[in-house]
Amino acid sequence: MVVVPPVPSSFSGGTEAIALVVLLTEFAMLRAPTARSQIRLYAFQSLAVSALAVFVAATQHIDELYVLAALSFVLKVVVVPGIVLRLLRGTRADLAGSNRFGVATMVLVAIGISVFGFFVVGNLSVHSHSLPAPAFGLATAVILVAFLLVILRSDVVSQAVGFFSLENGVSMASLVIAAGIPLIVEVAFLFDLMVAVVVFGVLMRVHHGRGRTLSTEALDRLRG
Amino acid sequence: MGWALLVIMTAPFAVSVVCYFAPVQICRGLTLASGVLTFVLAVLLVPAKTTTALSGWLRVDALSIVFLIAVAFLYAVTAVFAIGYVLPAGGNGSAARYNRRFFAGLNLFAWSMAMAPLVNGLALLWVAIEVTTVVSALLVAIDDTDSATEAAWKYLLIASMGLGIALFATIVMYYAGSSVFGGSYELFYPKLLGVAGHFAPEVVRFSFVLAVLGYGTKMGLVPVHTWLPDAHSEAPTPISAMLSGSLLAVSFYAILRFYQVTVRAIGSTFPRNVLLAFGVASLVLAALYLARQRDLKRLFAYSSVEHMGVLAIGMSFSAPIAVVGVLLHVLAHAAAKGTAFFGAGSVLRKFGTKDMSRIRGGIGALPWSGPMLVLAVLGLCAMPPFGIFRSEFLIVSGGLADPRDVVAAVLIVGVTLAMLGLSWFTSQTMLTPSPEGVVRGETSVWIVVSMVIGLAALTLLGVHPPGQLSDLLHRAAGELGARP
Repeated sequence: MVVVPPVPSSFSGGTEAIALVVLLTEFAMLRAPTARSQIRLYAFQSLAVSALAVFVAATQHIDELYVLAALSFVLKVVVVPGIVLRLLRGTRADLAGSNRFGVATMVLVAIGISVFGFFVVGNLSVHSHSLPAPAFGLATAVILVAFLLVILRSDVVSQAVGFFSLENGVSMASLVIAAGIPLIVEVAFLFDLMVAVVVFGVLMRVHHGRGRTLSTEALDRLRG
Repeated sequence: MGWALLVIMTAPFAVSVVCYFAPVQICRGLTLASGVLTFVLAVLLVPAKTTTALSGWLRVDALSIVFLIAVAFLYAVTAVFAIGYVLPAGGNGSAARYNRRFFAGLNLFAWSMAMAPLVNGLALLWVAIEVTTVVSALLVAIDDTDSATEAAWKYLLIASMGLGIALFATIVMYYAGSSVFGGSYELFYPKLLGVAGHFAPEVVRFSFVLAVLGYGTKMGLVPVHTWLPDAHSEAPTPISAMLSGSLLAVSFYAILRFYQVTVRAIGSTFPRNVLLAFGVASLVLAALYLARQRDLKRLFAYSSVEHMGVLAIGMSFSAPIAVVGVLLHVLAHAAAKGTAFFGAGSVLRKFGTKDMSRIRGGIGALPWSGPMLVLAVLGLCAMPPFGIFRSEFLIVSGGLADPRDVVAAVLIVGVTLAMLGLSWFTSQTMLTPSPEGVVRGETSVWIVVSMVIGLAALTLLGVHPPGQLSDLLHRAAGELGARP
């Protein structure tokens, strides 16, 4: 049974506000017109997730989370966007036209799927001592919209950023329901993300080098 | 035997680093030595109940060893095959660089797959499997053709998204455990299994579905299998063999670890139903797709989807004999699919194409690997005396003992359909007269040797599995909750 306090504490209010910012950034990514803006939005979203880690660390007195927040800031706000932007230097960075639907349709679909995720998780009666359930629902919505981003945008940058932001959604979920997860495990997750980013970057470059485009429209040779 | 775990953890990794800098002759020898060493150590671990190292961060029990043997066997045999398959570089600098990268990648890939059953806990398991993805995606792209780049991109993206879901599953399972252990704890298996009965049922259910969906993406379960045929067909053949024979198995291992916890927490009905749905979809769709393939390696890729469906269906049966069959199937599939891909590699070398409409008279052109490829395909079709016959026989026996015995009928129909597709194309390409101008002869003795080893293992598993292996399979089935 979910116990809902009559007035949300400043703690739950704060976490939910940050979670909402993360979700709204995900929506903004759906319509980002250039590779540069897409990656900046990712950096901003990562900043919000790092801020959430600091907030949880401060209010729940989990000192390890400060280390995680710092690592997350360095890697996801500075290093990853830096690497991706560097790899894309010299490419035609315009992503306009990679939308499979109009912006309005995409946002409506995203709203629908977020609501679905939010309420499905709400029905799970997941409640944590460390953080309130709505933030977990918002994290699930971020994960689902990240899938939409990958499905509805046909360019390699949006698809890669879709994966990175999915990881942000999962990080947020872990802060919400599993804040005490051992630091070594969290660091392993982050390290893995770094390796994945490099491989994504290498493949993006190879793709651009072969086709002179960031679009995935030409990736249709292998069928059946 | 803790030292054996440490050697497995270090040897392939070290060889990978050396291969990046060493000449190709040294890479070949070192890769073979490392493969054989890993396999021997995996076999030495068989009698022990559990072995741990590094203060419990590494731990193998019977279930882990089954999968470790599948990975190590294929690593060793692929090392033999790769000696014959990778052409000598000569004086060309870029070819030498390709070879070095290839061997470094092959060892790193084998290392990451061996680490998955070695590590103790759901979190580190996820890390190991994510590493397999990034390494193998680079190996799929290594040929640097348009098709290889496309396959690698799709593979990396789809598998990474799947693993994102698997990470979510891990975190939800962590949350389920925090109701017992409090805020901070390690996700070690014995610890989780000991108290899984106290976890909140709906949370465990949610986590299990996410895990099957997430790791199922890597395992090639329909409908999240779409990367698999592309990656298997475009990767260099030794990598295709490892992708199919061991990588899919390792992902299945991850699902089984979640299954283990879920069964203790909420009983076996729910997880079995979930696996049944994915298993039937995979088997039926793959059997239908098999009938319309034109590319030899894609044909074997869809056969892998079919066999992963068989594994999932096997786990959905309640009879313990079916679970033993599933675990034997993992080993037999590794041997059979490895051999089949080695045969495909031999055909590719000989005819210069994977297009089955342009391959004729395989048996005439390839006096050794041709017939062995046909035998491997018969093995994949579950013909006696090969291992897959025995494993599918056990699974079907378990299915007939199950209240839902109609599933066993679906299984038999699906496997038969798949057999039709596989045997039709194999007879078209291998059992027809050779076209003029094709010189009879093998391209490399190493390719033949690797296929002989694969077929011998497959036959051994079918005719008379060693006593200690049977004991291992029963112990592993017991760990999965199947008690006779």
